[in-house]
Amino acid sequence: MIRRNLAARPRRTVTLLAVTAALALAATACGGSASNAGEAKDGFTQAPQSDGPLTVWVDSTRSAAAQLYQKQNPTVKMDIVSYDGDANGSNYLQTKVSLFNRTGNGWPDVVFSSQNNEATWAVTAKFAAPLNKGLMPQSLLDGWARNANQPCTVDGTIYCLRNDLSQTVLWYNAALMTQWGYQVPTTWEEYEALGKKVATEHPGYLVGAAGDTFTPEIYLWASKCGANHITGPKAVTVNATSSACSRMASLLDSVITAKSMSTSSVFSSDFDKNEADKILMMPGPSWYGGSLFQGTFKTPKGQVGIAPMPHWADDTSPSVGNVGGGTWLLSAHSPHLKAATDFLTWVTTSDDYQGKLAVGYPAYAPAAKTWLAAQAASGYYANDVTAPLQAAAGQVWPDWGYGQFSQEAIWAATITPGLTAGKTIVSMLPAWQKAIADYARSDGYQVTQ
Amino acid sequence: MTTAQARPRRSRAAPAFVAGYVILLAAFGIVPTVYAIYFAFTDSGGAFAGLSNFADAAADFRFLSAIGHVALYLVCWLAGLVVFVVGLALVLHRLRARGVSRALRFLYYLPGALAGAASVMVWLFVLDPAVSPVGFLLRALGYQTFGQVIAPGNLPVLFAAIAFWTGAGGWIVVMYGALNTISPEVLEAATIDGAGAWQTARRIQIPLLRKWIVYMVILAFAGGTQLFVEPQLLSQASVGVAGRDYSPNQLSYDFAFQNDNVNTAAAISVELLVVGLVVAAVFVVRSGFFDAD
Repeated sequence: MIRRNLAARPRRTVTLLAVTAALALAATACGGSASNAGEAKDGFTQAPQSDGPLTVWVDSTRSAAAQLYQKQNPTVKMDIVSYDGDANGSNYLQTKVSLFNRTGNGWPDVVFSSQNNEATWAVTAKFAAPLNKGLMPQSLLDGWARNANQPCTVDGTIYCLRNDLSQTVLWYNAALMTQWGYQVPTTWEEYEALGKKVATEHPGYLVGAAGDTFTPEIYLWASKCGANHITGPKAVTVNATSSACSRMASLLDSVITAKSMSTSSVFSSDFDKNEADKILMMPGPSWYGGSLFQGTFKTPKGQVGIAPMPHWADDTSPSVGNVGGGTWLLSAHSPHLKAATDFLTWVTTSDDYQGKLAVGYPAYAPAAKTWLAAQAASGYYANDVTAPLQAAAGQVWPDWGYGQFSQEAIWAATITPGLTAGKTIVSMLPAWQKAIADYARSDGYQVTQ
Repeated sequence: MTTAQARPRRSRAAPAFVAGYVILLAAFGIVPTVYAIYFAFTDSGGAFAGLSNFADAAADFRFLSAIGHVALYLVCWLAGLVVFVVGLALVLHRLRARGVSRALRFLYYLPGALAGAASVMVWLFVLDPAVSPVGFLLRALGYQTFGQVIAPGNLPVLFAAIAFWTGAGGWIVVMYGALNTISPEVLEAATIDGAGAWQTARRIQIPLLRKWIVYMVILAFAGGTQLFVEPQLLSQASVGVAGRDYSPNQLSYDFAFQNDNVNTAAAISVELLVVGLVVAAVFVVRSGFFDAD
């Protein structure tokens, strides 16, 4: 019975294959003719323009922006869709765009992503529209902070706009620092010493957390660890075991062993429940203030202070890391380019949103001024936030790149389970390097180690 | 006489009943399968590519570990399934006179009535000691954080437990039904011959359930090799700490949507199909599944 079935299969398969092939050909032909209908303008082939709702994809934090725009512009028909914002390298956007490319419709007009590496695939997938070839004036684009749009730039063309800078600083509890008579550390050496001191004098209190997917972007990036130096469109140099990497890893190991550094994610339920009120210091991105301390932990007013990120005592050019920052992309398939460009311009540059409402430090410099003034006026922080944040914005180490592979996802899968199991980060650096190289190769990168 | 009268009516109704299944099978089973086979043997330009997609898949650094993960998971899942489903069905059958059986059957079936992904979501809360209703149990086992619970070594057992919770209830009801088809005279004779509950189960009930067990194992094996929802959701919930690239099916998904390589993704799907078919064939032949009783 089985044998006969198997024998009969090839002939049926051939027929079905022929039918499928014909269907596939027909689908390809349809797709081809549809895209030919467009007009080449602003550096890309535009879809026929039409009326209809502007589809905007945002994460939950950015939905406030889309809603405010809708409120200010009631005549614009908008379809606001919430999604995970590609957080932690979930690849949701890429997955969907790849499906939309196959079916030939469904693309959002404007989309926010919390990741900075979208241009690495969105350009080859022909999803991201070039923005500096006519859609947006160069004078406006010049307003972005220096290098802010570097992750969005491919061969001189800008394919997305940075939402915010996420330069890292040292957050600390000013009240506790004064009460316990501690000095805010300026070097990593002082930071480590204080970490050990806190562990003995005030057990349970924390000088940082190393359990997040973006942990390497806070500590190892600031230490100039060359774990993913993108050297070309498909080329990366990976060296995760250099002294720049290992000395920061040893520092983390030593405060983790002393138990003054948490290995839980700051967004996990156990951190919120057990450790959120035990933070003495916390190196982290500029958005920690609004999003984490004010939003998630509900830390009272006047407690949280900001200091510059520590640096190594022997380092003459201090550097900081960067955690995300997010990008806005405009679809090259959009049938509402005018409305989409208007929204994109507003959402990235307006004082109403970026200056007054956004949780992160705006990448568009004029809005950043308003934002800093608003932060200072809010009276939430214990000290002046402007100087440390502005200084850090210009100190982001430029050699940590954005590849198509997600650094965050690789760290999470390679290092975090070991950390939970009690392994040291130093001992896992070779495995981390291998994982980065493996994932980079699977995305077609030429890897130099 | 009655059968002769009934026959024409039955033959008219039969195609209508079967049609619904056949159409859906063709649309969501056969056509996608053939489409996958077409992709697996062609390159991105649509030209015949021989076995190169299969070679690419096998050469990927995630491939062997994914196979290893699923093999380990299958051992936990199939062993757990057979032992607990048969065991619980036998217990239910023993309890049938006492009224609790009906309530228990409903209880077992309940998780399976939830949609697949939703019932896995429940586990994301159950496994987090900070919010779990059985948090005391997790802490008693030495787990203080979600990260500790989802350590890589725990995953096969966790996925098997989730799969059992979501899928085994239906099988318990099926096995219970099968136990009811065993003639009471046979069981009575066994009791008269002095067989206790254990002897009856081992010498009479389980051998008579064999075909049902084989049927369950075939379907559970095919389902198990396609492990996807559990690790994928866990991966999202743990922000990538556990469950990423865990199973071949996830690897296929990653190839399709992350590496933009539908052809290699299809090759992995075809391999899973072949493994499922071969194992089913072996079980069917070895168990005499289609032999007349």
